Amino acid sequence: MNLLESVRLAIEALLANKLRSALTMLGIVIGVGAVIALVSFGQGVEQYIARQFQSLGANLLFVFSSTPPGGGPGDVKALTMADASALANPLLAPSVLRVSPQYDVFAVVAAGRNDSTMNVSGVTPVYQDVRGWYPQYGRFIEETDILTSARVAVLGTSTATDLFGPGVDPVGQTIRINALPFRVIGLMEQRPGSGFADENDVVFVPISTAQTRLTRAPMRDGSYRVAFITIQAVSEGRMDAAADEISRILVERHGIQYRDQEDFTVLSQNDLLSVVGEITGLLTIFLAVIAGVSLLVGGIGIMNIMLVTVTERTREIGLRKAVGARYGDILLQFLIESVVLTVTGGLIGIGLGFLAATVGSALIPDLTLTVTAGAILLATTVSTMIGLFFGIYPASRAAALNPIDALRYE
Amino acid sequence: MFRGDGRQKVTEYEIPRDAQGRPAIIDIRDVTKIYQMGDIEVRALQGVTLQIFEGEFVAIMGPSGSGKSTLMNILGALDQPTSGKYYLAGKDVSQADDRQLAAIRNEMIGFVFQNFNLLKRTSALRQVELPLIYASKPGNRRERAKAALEAVGLGARLHHLPSELSGGQQQRVAIARALVTEPKMILADEPTGNLDTKSGTEVLRIFQQLNRERGMTTVFVTHDPFVARHTDRVIMLRDGRIIADRAVSQPLIAGEAERPSEMAELEDIFRETYDAPAEEFT
Ligand SMILES: Nc1ncnc2c1ncn2[C@@H]1O[C@H](COP(=O)(O)OP(=O)(O)OP(=O)(O)O)[C@@H](O)[C@H]1O
Ligand SMILES: [Mg+2]
Repeated sequence: MNLLESVRLAIEALLANKLRSALTMLGIVIGVGAVIALVSFGQGVEQYIARQFQSLGANLLFVFSSTPPGGGPGDVKALTMADASALANPLLAPSVLRVSPQYDVFAVVAAGRNDSTMNVSGVTPVYQDVRGWYPQYGRFIEETDILTSARVAVLGTSTATDLFGPGVDPVGQTIRINALPFRVIGLMEQRPGSGFADENDVVFVPISTAQTRLTRAPMRDGSYRVAFITIQAVSEGRMDAAADEISRILVERHGIQYRDQEDFTVLSQNDLLSVVGEITGLLTIFLAVIAGVSLLVGGIGIMNIMLVTVTERTREIGLRKAVGARYGDILLQFLIESVVLTVTGGLIGIGLGFLAATVGSALIPDLTLTVTAGAILLATTVSTMIGLFFGIYPASRAAALNPIDALRYE
Repeated sequence: MFRGDGRQKVTEYEIPRDAQGRPAIIDIRDVTKIYQMGDIEVRALQGVTLQIFEGEFVAIMGPSGSGKSTLMNILGALDQPTSGKYYLAGKDVSQADDRQLAAIRNEMIGFVFQNFNLLKRTSALRQVELPLIYASKPGNRRERAKAALEAVGLGARLHHLPSELSGGQQQRVAIARALVTEPKMILADEPTGNLDTKSGTEVLRIFQQLNRERGMTTVFVTHDPFVARHTDRVIMLRDGRIIADRAVSQPLIAGEAERPSEMAELEDIFRETYDAPAEEFT
């Protein structure tokens, strides 16, 4: 008996019990569909994050406070404006091009009847050059605004739309941040993408205003605390040198005695990417395990149904043997039946996963969810293997039946 | 018989022939079959020696439990004897492994069952094609299956399902399935057992025609002495032993002979076929 014929026979047998076959396949359909959808989702998120990091700007390092190993929060000296100034000293840090300290405040931003609770970023004029992001109307925060702790604000496009409606130029208007009036002096360029975190949903104020008027952030020594510092290195080749200079300066300024006792962390864009990559990788493994369990359950379902099928068709098996079917013929017949079940389920699962990815892409424009040939190949191989693995036991039981006993089976 | 002429000593098997020179197609020697049921041994066959020659038309009779089905299953290579030898057209079946048994069942034997054993939801044509699926030389399966169905008078029912056929027609599909591989012989275990008289006669007529026209060796089990009288030879089993093996003096022609009244039949059969007083069987 040739293979094509066996496959036809298997399909006929499965069609004879449509509902049962469909229900049996469901486990595999869900498992494979989950694998495809989750893999494409994971890859989409990774790509998205990579793009986000690239859009941050070039040659960036991030400095923020962190608790040293074995230490408590009390052992941490916060990063301050004085630290930022020291890092900006070209004599101390020749590899550093620009230093952008930032202090974020969660505040109620309102204009007219509209208000929202959101992040207000206190920044310095250098921010726009570090991020490569400039106002399209009006101006950005300037040095004099910092010196006078001026109540001025620059809006992102999403915030402007939320507060004033679409297409309205907000420059010159007044908004209230935590009930204090601020004059809008600029509207930022539109940043591409509006997915998980919309960059355009932002309000910039002078960092000194954020530190003094929106909260109270002075330190005992009179300097002001910052949330983190973004540093642009002179060139890509001097990123490591810049990181070393930053560490040296801060170790000295914070009076760190021992290595590994630093109360700050310096991360490059690549470091961040790999940290995020580790997290998403872990997430992917977790999702894969869930999908794997679902495939395993699906496989056991296949085995169960195949055992039932073999029992039900005992007399048929007996007859086939009586007219000359060999062990291998019967084995192949039932093995193919279970593989046809799992592969059909797998194909439907791939289709559903594909559909989920397409729908996901449409719903979240930022996320390009692609189903790779590799994922399809993997899903097909895995579902074939499941069919073989869970089908072999029922099939060998069928094949080993003695024709007389099988024919006599009631 | 065999013990007497010392053939057992000969290592090379030589196919025995009957008086007319026909070779033995079935040659079993001292075959036993013992079923182990827990502590109890059921001796279904207790030493059966039998030869059936090419072209013979044989009925096997005997009371229920006498071992007829057990014997047929062994003859059909569906089961192996506990001890003894079975030569089928010169081949030692008792030495065959599973693969060889499958090939023997496929190529040499057509088996017909009492309960037809047709596949559900499968057309007559596909039923008859089934053995060819497993054949080493299937040829044109469709054509061969069609020819076999035509041979049993079902040329017009090729696409009928079992549920759309009468019992007699179903059994004829089963006979076509047995015939399709052009086997050396047809074995049938109570082929008319589930049929009414008319359908039974039809089946009997097909067997008789196959035997007369094609020289098909045919062995079947029946409980009906009238049916048995249509064959050339009747073998009587009891308690796993052959107790009588006689030629039928004047075989009836299926469909032509009148079934005798029950009383007359009994007397006739006991006198003619078994040549024994009636009391022995009642
Ligand atoms: N699989 C089996 N296991 C145990 N005993 C069996 C088995 N098959 C048959 N027997 C026993 O072997 C003996 C012969 O059975 P067999 O089926 O050959 O009888 P039979 O002549 O065909 O009877 P019937 O006319 O009722 O069909 C019986 O005693 C039966 O109980
Ligand atoms: Mg029987």
